[in-house]
Amino acid sequence: MFYREAGQYKTTYAADQQIFPIRQDRIGIAVILVVALLLPLAASEFTLSAIAIPFLVLALATIGLNILTGYAGQLSLGTGAFMGVGAYSCYKLVTIFPEVNVIVHILLSGVFAAAAGVVFGLPSLRIKGLYLAVTTLAAQFFLEWCFIRIPWLYNYNSSGAIEVPGREVFGTLITGPAASGTARYYVVLAIVVVMTLLIKNVIRGRIGRQWMMIRDMDIAAELMGVRPLIAKLSAFAVSSYVCGVAGAMFVFFYLGASEPAVFSITLSFQVLFMAIIGGLGSLVGSFFGAAFIWILPILLRVGLPALGVDVAAETVFQVAQMIIGALIIFFLIVEPHGLARLWAIGKEKLRVWPFPYA
Amino acid sequence: MNAFVDPAGMAGHSGLAKGEVLLRVDNVSLSFGGVKAITNISFDILKGEVRAIIGPNGAGKTSMLNVINGFYHPQEGTITWRGQVRRKMKPYEAASQGIARTFQNVALFKGMTTLDNIMTGRGLKMTKNFFWQCLHWGPALNEEIEHRRKVEEIIDFLEIQAIRKTPVGRLPYGLQKRVELARALAMEPELLLLDEPMAGMNLEEKEDMSRFILDVNQQFGTTIALIEHDMGVVMDLSDRVVVLDYGRKIADGPPEEVQSNQDVIDAYLGVPH
Amino acid sequence: MDMLYNILIDPFAQMAGAPDFLIQVIWEGFVAGVLYALIALGFVLIYKASGVFNFAQGIMVVFAGLSLVGLHEKGVPAWLALILAIGIMAILAVCIEKFVMRPLVGQPDIILLMATIGMTYFLIGLGEVIFGGEPKQMITSELGLPTGSTAFEMGERGLVILQHIDIAAAVIALLMVGGLAVFFNRTRIGRALRAVADDHTAALSVGISLNQIWAIVWFAAGIVALATGIMWGARSDVSFALEIVALKALPVLILGGFTSIPGAIIGGLIIGIGEKVGEIYWGGLVGGGIESWLAYVIALIFLLFRPQGLFGEKIIERI
Repeated sequence: MFYREAGQYKTTYAADQQIFPIRQDRIGIAVILVVALLLPLAASEFTLSAIAIPFLVLALATIGLNILTGYAGQLSLGTGAFMGVGAYSCYKLVTIFPEVNVIVHILLSGVFAAAAGVVFGLPSLRIKGLYLAVTTLAAQFFLEWCFIRIPWLYNYNSSGAIEVPGREVFGTLITGPAASGTARYYVVLAIVVVMTLLIKNVIRGRIGRQWMMIRDMDIAAELMGVRPLIAKLSAFAVSSYVCGVAGAMFVFFYLGASEPAVFSITLSFQVLFMAIIGGLGSLVGSFFGAAFIWILPILLRVGLPALGVDVAAETVFQVAQMIIGALIIFFLIVEPHGLARLWAIGKEKLRVWPFPYA
Repeated sequence: MNAFVDPAGMAGHSGLAKGEVLLRVDNVSLSFGGVKAITNISFDILKGEVRAIIGPNGAGKTSMLNVINGFYHPQEGTITWRGQVRRKMKPYEAASQGIARTFQNVALFKGMTTLDNIMTGRGLKMTKNFFWQCLHWGPALNEEIEHRRKVEEIIDFLEIQAIRKTPVGRLPYGLQKRVELARALAMEPELLLLDEPMAGMNLEEKEDMSRFILDVNQQFGTTIALIEHDMGVVMDLSDRVVVLDYGRKIADGPPEEVQSNQDVIDAYLGVPH
Repeated sequence: MDMLYNILIDPFAQMAGAPDFLIQVIWEGFVAGVLYALIALGFVLIYKASGVFNFAQGIMVVFAGLSLVGLHEKGVPAWLALILAIGIMAILAVCIEKFVMRPLVGQPDIILLMATIGMTYFLIGLGEVIFGGEPKQMITSELGLPTGSTAFEMGERGLVILQHIDIAAAVIALLMVGGLAVFFNRTRIGRALRAVADDHTAALSVGISLNQIWAIVWFAAGIVALATGIMWGARSDVSFALEIVALKALPVLILGGFTSIPGAIIGGLIIGIGEKVGEIYWGGLVGGGIESWLAYVIALIFLLFRPQGLFGEKIIERI
């Protein structure tokens, strides 16, 4: 009964359409943001570097995939490669223009990923569904090959890897091995929060509706004036941009270095699982999914020994894989729309609690 | 019912007066592989009238609508829309030129709410670009609210206020059909194509739908082309009727004339059901 | 001009100049193609019979191979290990039907696809836990499969060497394809399988037992997976890397169509030969290693002209 909407009247359409129309939701999100801001005070460097930062970055990548697969209905298996394009573009930009602020480079690198996304999205006009997924595999493998075979991308480094140089913003070091977890965390948090907000705005507007029209019934969409190629390519472009930025952040703020094996099809699948478990077509679901898939293995690695079960690190990883696979199947049976739908159902039940139904 | 659209304000509509030819189909033939769906059909639709297209199942009625929409391209024949001849119009061009449509099997966007579905009908009229969409403030927000206002007028008109925020997948069939009509109306079309709008409805629902269709035609001046099987509805609502059978036209005229036409009776007409 | 020469003339000149090498390359491509086709065959079986795209076919191949070798390592004689491995695949089939397919009856295709992706992950983890992550050697000779090779002399123009195991693989594959084609088109169960592929709930309503059908189909796919695992393991080791190679079956399916058994073979051969020839004669121009993506690009170009593949059914959209 503390989740009731009683007494909250909307007198303008703008108020009705806002992102969080229920006051309790607004309070909730404010609390979450405050906790996120204060996290570095309580958390260790390890928690920030190994848990919080990659969680945020992967959540952003999941949002990117969600735009393409969840909202526009185009199944994509090339997320890893698009993230890689973002990462390598950022690296080249940073080494070619070292005076420019690194955050600008990160945001710009997404543009190159968007271009790649548009090119590999062109077949989507003729090809649909599973066939389109195979063409995204073409993108994945081809781009992976490029990361290895184009030495210019990694500045002719003999090992084929790239290393992130240290860069400062407002006098604080935020990239490179010497940057503190706190500094990196705040930059990542800021970028992810702002981008999520912008994407939410796009989704609830005309463009987002067009994507959903294409997803639900593309023939009817065309008969209502949507131009399929523009809608699909815009989805590819925006999705790849977001994935590119996420990829750049993945290398610059989390890994600190990268080799081509990082952006493999395994990463594509990992992000896809995050999107599925979190709930396709849901932004909050992207965060749930990323948290779940990223944090579960860590929990196992820490929790199993705590329970007295002694396991090798490898076995933990394998067991985590098994659990994730089984959970995907479980979710698909129980709630195909993922954690986001479970969350929404929970909220609905909360609204009428303690009564069982409205 | 409040008029939601001022006919004078329908930007983009032709300057045709009531009674002039809005759409003319000339000698259109359509085949899929070896199957001839439509053979040499010609008829016209006058502005402001309710034109019924009837015939037994498989006569080619839905295919005819698809041709008008631009979804199928006829192998022979031409279509003249607002006085201009066209052969290969794309579906989104037809939509932007003022042709809207409902479907035999409800083609709503099942992942969205009623309100969002109807808002999709306004998509053609929304122009603010990506940058403003990101901010969802200023011009984009104003545009969104302005169209929301129009959509709410349609919702009032069709009396579906209570289901505004319901995902359409959960609605009963009759309400889904009404939402589909609302979505088509949101496009403020000059020509509205209705494909069996009353299929699967009981008597009361049919009366409601008939009332809405008449209101759309009389209040907003929208020209309506209607495929329907219920003879009572056809005779009561339509100004003129064209009858198809096996892809050919077998009669064309006012309802009373068509009703007593021996060919039509032979084709399938028994008693109205 | 130079580049045009390199792309359009030189490779063919090389081919003509050393025909024995060309035949060797084509043969290698043929063999790889046969193996791709076998994996694709497993996909086609399940798709044709349940409408599900079984992403886990690749890992089933690995799992089957690992079971066989793992049992043999524990001291089980080869022929018994083979029977037990078949039994393991049968149990796997029943488990899949009971725990994955049955709860998901009637769900849209994308959900089923994602369920098979989940299965893949699960089986990878399970396989690693049970068998360990290292590559293992296939027990080729113990199974009675031929080893060794024959060399064909082409007079003065060179030497082509064919491995016996490759010939055996081709023969076995063809036999499987023939048998499965007959099964699908001529038997009552085959018809029931096709019905189930079209519409689960409609098939239920005419009395087809989905549980039985699905168990049969997944078992058949499991047998194909085992055969593939043996053949593939005989040429290189049995390891989890095979899982990624199995993704190559997707371009094969695109070319051959998702529901065509002969299409799987033809698609496999086109991709296998095309990939090898492309890598050997054109790969050098761009630094090599194009085998990793050439198959997909071939499929992509193909799809642009024929969205339903060579033998697939044309998708007709009605509204």
